Amino acid sequence: MITLKAGRDRARGDARSHIAAAHSGKGRVPLVRLTLFSLRHYWQATIAIGATVIAALLQLTIPRLLGEAIDRAQNILSVTTEGAEQALWWSALTLLAVSIGRGIFTLLQNYFAESVGHHVGYELRLAFYDKVQRLPYSYHDKVHSGDLITVGLLDLEGLRIFFSTGLIRVVLLSVLLGFGAWLLISTDLLLGLLSLSFAPFVAWRSSSAQLALRKTWLILQDKLSALTRVMDENLGGIRVVRAFSGQKHELEKFDAASRDALELAHERVGIRVRNTSVMTFSFFIAMGLVLWAGGTKVIAGEMTVGTLASFLTFMTILQMPVRQLGLMVNSFARASICGDRFFSVLDLPVEIEDRPDAKPLEVTKGTLRFENVHFAYGGAKHSTLSGVSFEARAGQTIGIVGAPGSGKSTIAHLVPRLYDVTAGRITIDGQDIRDVTLDSLRRAVAVVQQDTFLFTTTIENNIAYGDPWAKETRIERAAESAQLHNYIAGLPADYDTVVGERGVSLSGGQRQRLAIARSLLLKPAIMIFDDSTAAIDAGTEHRIRRAIRRYAEDRVTIIISHRLSSLMHADKILFLECGCVTEEGNHETLLALGGRYRALYDLQTRPPEVLELGGAAQ
Amino acid sequence: MKTTNPDEEQMASAYSTQRRPPHATVGSHTIEEEVFGKAYDPRTVRRIWKFVHPYRRRIYISIAAVLAFTVTQLAIPLIIGYAIDSGMVEGGNLTNLGWAIAAFAAMVLLNYGASYLQEIQVGHVAENVLFDMRRAMFARLQAVSLSFMDKTEVGRLMSRLQGDVNSMQEFLETSIVSVGDAVLLVGIVVVLLSLDWGLGLLTLSTMPALFVVRLFWLPRAKRAFWKAHETNSLTNGAMAEGINGVRTIQNLDRQQVNLDLYDDRAYHNLRTQLTGSKYAQVMVPIVDTLTGIAMATVIVAGGSLVLNGSLQVGIVVAFLFYIQRFFDPIRSLTMQYSIMQRAMTSGRRIIEVLDLPVAIDDKPDAVALTADMDGSVEFRDVVFGYDPNRPVLKNVSFRVNPGETVAIVGPTGSGKTSAMALVHRFYEVQSGAVLVGGHDVREVTQESLGRQVAMVLQEPFLFTGSVLENIRYNSERAHRDDVVAAAKAVGAHEFIERLPQGYDTILEQRGSNLSLGQRQLLSFARALVADAKILVLDEATASIDSYTEREIQKALETLLKGRTGMVIAHRLATIRGADRIIVLQNGELIEEGNHDQLMEKGGLYAKLYNMNYASFDDIPDEMLENINAGAART
Repeated sequence: MITLKAGRDRARGDARSHIAAAHSGKGRVPLVRLTLFSLRHYWQATIAIGATVIAALLQLTIPRLLGEAIDRAQNILSVTTEGAEQALWWSALTLLAVSIGRGIFTLLQNYFAESVGHHVGYELRLAFYDKVQRLPYSYHDKVHSGDLITVGLLDLEGLRIFFSTGLIRVVLLSVLLGFGAWLLISTDLLLGLLSLSFAPFVAWRSSSAQLALRKTWLILQDKLSALTRVMDENLGGIRVVRAFSGQKHELEKFDAASRDALELAHERVGIRVRNTSVMTFSFFIAMGLVLWAGGTKVIAGEMTVGTLASFLTFMTILQMPVRQLGLMVNSFARASICGDRFFSVLDLPVEIEDRPDAKPLEVTKGTLRFENVHFAYGGAKHSTLSGVSFEARAGQTIGIVGAPGSGKSTIAHLVPRLYDVTAGRITIDGQDIRDVTLDSLRRAVAVVQQDTFLFTTTIENNIAYGDPWAKETRIERAAESAQLHNYIAGLPADYDTVVGERGVSLSGGQRQRLAIARSLLLKPAIMIFDDSTAAIDAGTEHRIRRAIRRYAEDRVTIIISHRLSSLMHADKILFLECGCVTEEGNHETLLALGGRYRALYDLQTRPPEVLELGGAAQ
Repeated sequence: MKTTNPDEEQMASAYSTQRRPPHATVGSHTIEEEVFGKAYDPRTVRRIWKFVHPYRRRIYISIAAVLAFTVTQLAIPLIIGYAIDSGMVEGGNLTNLGWAIAAFAAMVLLNYGASYLQEIQVGHVAENVLFDMRRAMFARLQAVSLSFMDKTEVGRLMSRLQGDVNSMQEFLETSIVSVGDAVLLVGIVVVLLSLDWGLGLLTLSTMPALFVVRLFWLPRAKRAFWKAHETNSLTNGAMAEGINGVRTIQNLDRQQVNLDLYDDRAYHNLRTQLTGSKYAQVMVPIVDTLTGIAMATVIVAGGSLVLNGSLQVGIVVAFLFYIQRFFDPIRSLTMQYSIMQRAMTSGRRIIEVLDLPVAIDDKPDAVALTADMDGSVEFRDVVFGYDPNRPVLKNVSFRVNPGETVAIVGPTGSGKTSAMALVHRFYEVQSGAVLVGGHDVREVTQESLGRQVAMVLQEPFLFTGSVLENIRYNSERAHRDDVVAAAKAVGAHEFIERLPQGYDTILEQRGSNLSLGQRQLLSFARALVADAKILVLDEATASIDSYTEREIQKALETLLKGRTGMVIAHRLATIRGADRIIVLQNGELIEEGNHDQLMEKGGLYAKLYNMNYASFDDIPDEMLENINAGAART
């Protein structure tokens, strides 16, 4: 295996160690685990938290300084005019210095808080990506890929922003509210209480609004994805729509889905607006009360105008953070739920792994053996394979045929250990495939699957997917053997043409040929075609078979198909029924046997009237 | 904190490519490019306004509300100043203080009402416009020519139906607020200058500084934000690809290489995100410093004036309150510019969809094709091609009599599928005519034509929804019993009953939980329920396992009973069962007759048949070439 450690910059660290760190803390409450994980970036986290405290304290001195300046302007202390002017300069410069300081520390607070978040996001991303790539087929069978993508993108985002929108806000709000309240109340009890009176109400409204918005947001997402599905299916199935003149029907479907979503969108606007306006209202009411009570105190000579002004400024400063309390609550709620989902994927065991003492596979003769293999898919009651045994030697071609559900494809999946056998064993040159490294095993076995996944990249990169170091000439040769070269040569940018979701789309047959080229490039010791020529016409299939015959001498070839013409030339054909091999032999012996294989052959080659007779005779 | 310069980044990537395999990437290379275009395009604005027009009264209301809201924002510091100067003078004036408090209360109420009204109106209008635009585009796409749809990727259309309308919504919501911001900005300037001309001018002198700074900052910051957005999408794309392609990745043992490549992407994303953060945060101390300077100025200059007795202290307090709100409108107005740019680009893209030509319209005097027509199909000298210079069908004439089943056969590219599409008027003929039930398809409404001609496409397409809904697609009047009867007739009933909820089972992801053969049977049942006089069917080429194959053959027979049938046939069994066979080659009709007649004739059909392949599509190309060569010789 090639590792690419060299050349990383030091700050980046090693992917493996990031991944290992993300896995630690298993079993902890998600929020605790996430917090500890974030604090691993201790110097950045320390700067962020320290800067938050300092910025908040500086912020709190501004109203005082302003009030003082106002009093000095009125020369309440009755010093000389020069002395008063000097004092004003002093106030002004202090205020300027504090403002600049506040700005700089707020920058540090925000930048480092985000930086911690981005680093956490980077590391969790790597860990998730790695985990998903290693979770076995049996896991991916159960889980919808869309759900997994949601966890990897959206849930991860919820965890990433937790430090800056959750933890840092806690610090900010505790300093501002705690220290601010102490300052205000110690200056004047009544005015202090009045200025803070809006805070509990706003905090409550803001939190409940955020939680309500979050709830409707989740429902809205569902409705919007239903709408997306209507549009997507309509455009994808436009021919069916047109063929049944279903345009009106489709518009009705669209309108129904759209109305649903629109109603909820309006509801959300309502929740948001009702809350923001009532929060502003309560703030101003409190301000009016402070103005009234403070005004009477000023008139009574119990308070200076400057102190009153400093109370009013305090309020404007506190207003924003108090309103954002809801966001903080939301951040905690989101991180907790996202963390549950995210870490539960991260903590899954990778069932198919190298054994501790695994050695690389050594292919000597190239003999594949199935020894009494049993297999049942996870959670299934009946087994898919029950006691399959066969041997295939290098140079041999084995055909496997059977009804859907007979277990044909399972055989293809077991050889490269995409699943593990339930009982029995599979060996290659005498080595149990569970005792060798996965890496070496999968390099020796190539499976051409039924469905070909195209990656959004050039054709060349797609063919070289299993061996990205391959030389161009080898890639072309593989394409030639798979009868794909001529088609590629005719494309605008031949091998550099981008295919896949955002590129040129290939037909089913072309995709399958590409998959064959992919596998041919690997020069595997065992090559398995899993119904991978269904969309290729018989002529092309014939040419492919001829082209690869040259290499087939030191290779085991397994062809799984329900099209008999694809495999009747095999050295040995296994007829699979309900997970057992019921007939075995070459084409001629099986025909002569007159059993199930024979019946299938007749079904595929004879016209229907003959077929009916054959059916009656059975 | 180290600043990344682009050279350094390039070096880093060059560094890593030396060690990365030459033929490997994860995720796609590019995402659709952001256009830094004009922020105002009158043509686009006019078209978009049409969507707002129905809601214009609500827009006017919210503009009025935003103005009232701005007035309250301007008035509150003034009232505080008045309360100080007239109410809290020496000895006190409780009446004046009372008046000030009353005015304050009035403003607060106005503020509450206005902000509520404005936000709720704008919010609702923006949502409505978004949905209206999306619907208009969707409706347009229903009528757009199929040749356009053939060429266009669904993904690209979806991004217009979703992304572009969203940026229009954002624009609508923020633009009303911007009106308020602009008024607030002007208002603050006017109020400050009229309170004290000299002090006002001195204070305002910091404002241009922010403009200049923003002017320098904006283009750079925008690029940094865009870059961060782009790398984030690319990293997310790579993650999605890693999940969707996981089977292939494991199969080809690419996990380690992919993790390294993904690490590159994710790390690059981390760097661009941090750069973006820097750009975003650098404005904070700048704005704070400017605020500090402005406050210091007011304290020193205003304070001295107060000391001299030439200015009242309440004015200074009011000034200090204004300064704290001073820079907000400038910030949001400069942001609005980018939002407008984006909205114009999206607007243009939306208009493009709305202006797509509708290729095939009903004639003004088109009549409805009724069920009492005879059900015949006739091609008269039909010439047709997707590219007018390269006809796919050349002077094809034939007639399918009511109740007859005609199989159309021929090698790939012979024009079979095009002929079928013309019966349904998916495309217009270049010359000649297609007649259904004796009517030229151009003379009848498309809706009624669709009701009389049922089509079964090669690839069965199922919609998300229950089995029941899928079978009675666009035939809502069909009763559940009709659906069950149809399913029984085509032999789909048994497997449907075995599904967890029978007919009410929801088919996920276009029926991926069913086999191809089962999907095919459902599409047969669908055609049966549609109960059209004419059935046009494109038999599937992909080989289905032989067991299902038989079911399908039987179903086909049921389907064609009592109907006029045009079948693009690939299976010998289907071909032999037809009343008549039409052989097409290179867009021309070369043979016609029933099986025995054609065998006797010994032409292309007979040769193909005698090769004894299970299907005509299985015949290797070189054999076809041989036949053609032979045919040319004779």
